[in-house]
Amino acid sequence: MYLTKEQEAMLSGGEGAAAAKMLELLVALGEVFGAERLVQVESAHISGVSYKNLGEAGLEWLTEQADMGARVRIRATLNPAGMDMDKWREMGVPEEFADGQRRVLETFRRMNVEPTCTCTPYLIGHKPDRGTQVAWAESSAVCYVNSVIGARTNRESGPTTLASAVTGLAALYGYRLEEKRRPGYIVNLDQTPETIMNYSAVGYIVGKRLGTIVPYIRGLGNPGTEALKALGASAATSGGIALWHGEGITPEADAMSDYLEGLEKLSIDREDIVEAKEALSKPLKDPIVVLGCPHATLNEIFEISQRVKGRKMEGKLWVFTSRGVYHEAEMAGYMKTIEEAGGRVYRDTCMVVAPLKEMGWSEVATNSFKAAHYMASMGLETRIDTIKGLLEG
Amino acid sequence: MNVKLKGRKVVGGVAEGEALVSSEAVSFYGGVDPETGIIIDHGHPLEGRSITGKVFIFPTGKGSTVGSYVIYRMKKLGTAPAAIVNVETEIIIATGCVISEVPLVDKLDGNPLIDFSDGMHLRVDADEGFVEIISRD
Repeated sequence: MYLTKEQEAMLSGGEGAAAAKMLELLVALGEVFGAERLVQVESAHISGVSYKNLGEAGLEWLTEQADMGARVRIRATLNPAGMDMDKWREMGVPEEFADGQRRVLETFRRMNVEPTCTCTPYLIGHKPDRGTQVAWAESSAVCYVNSVIGARTNRESGPTTLASAVTGLAALYGYRLEEKRRPGYIVNLDQTPETIMNYSAVGYIVGKRLGTIVPYIRGLGNPGTEALKALGASAATSGGIALWHGEGITPEADAMSDYLEGLEKLSIDREDIVEAKEALSKPLKDPIVVLGCPHATLNEIFEISQRVKGRKMEGKLWVFTSRGVYHEAEMAGYMKTIEEAGGRVYRDTCMVVAPLKEMGWSEVATNSFKAAHYMASMGLETRIDTIKGLLEG
Repeated sequence: MNVKLKGRKVVGGVAEGEALVSSEAVSFYGGVDPETGIIIDHGHPLEGRSITGKVFIFPTGKGSTVGSYVIYRMKKLGTAPAAIVNVETEIIIATGCVISEVPLVDKLDGNPLIDFSDGMHLRVDADEGFVEIISRD
């Protein structure tokens, strides 16, 4: 792999031991994936934050980097932690876990990473420009930034995003290259999805059938932010999809229509959606309704507040969102409505990375295929329905 | 006859150890217990075997990217393999080996899953990009 003089100097310790070690990682991975050179990146979104996934092992590595002097040189935000950093006790998170989680965040702070703790950085002002190179982890955010925003990243991990944030560099391969962003499959929807749940289902089916192939999807109608984030999140969960194009919707789709000839086609109809929903749905007695995977937008919180107004949820409704959106919803009065109905809204975390088993949970209902997939794999009983069905059904 | 396979250095270093060969891909996160070095992936052909100090040979990695941190944890605890040989490596194993300084080679000019077998004593020279048999028992 070709390195500039400046990069060679960084690799041999000219900018400190931490930067050298981080660049060594990026160069090694670049060699593995056949990158010819490095490229500058403008933003990073770092995953591997929940103490549940990181454990002492990950925390030890992060601490070592911070001790060696690792400091980020580009804007870097953080994925959700395993708990609301203020209301963890109310959530039922064990003390020992909270201690580990606090140490993780403190370590990231030392490296100047913004402790945003959200999977939707693009909803709170961290939104790169189209066409820029970025280093993002969190598979749902990767899908969003690549597909909906049109910036360029591979499906990165915790260590690689931190390495990019500290060096300002990434190896040039995969979805960073124009030709690797071309579609490999056409997906036709027989019917325009009417609910966020159905967009989530479409993503889940696409990921399951296509694995890591870039899909070109037709028939998506006119989806809003909520539908776009739901589709990408579930496509990245059931498969390894990091980039998709939506005809007439996503910024690169027009240019990609030149490469559709000869591609195989997949069509998705109503029955496929029902089948996908049933595979993750069991009849439940007394589930906790969990919403906000990926983190809820202001629109979603508004809808939730309207549907629970005057009802008695008594702790059986949990909503997850970012601090930015939480603040806006509080100003708008939506929070008060949800809390008066016995619902709870938490920041900094979500149902995928919180220690639900340790919190004593067993039955959950949600509108997100991503959330249902992960909660089922943790051994919880799940049901999928629309927000309306979950709160009024 | 002394078998020596040449391949690609991913992470440098020189190590020797007993071979442990897995025909299946390996997930370190949830698949290997970092405290004991034992494979705990249910139904994996090597379930119950220890990879500590071994030249661990397997097709490729799989699973969560958190697996990279598990390799690092093992190195710190002294339960890591001496070296890793993959048919073709991927991001989780490569990242784990870089941050833990575990020698890693792949893309050998022979099939390591066939040419090497459990119990052989191997030498991995990742700097020079080769794996050779020192003794067959």
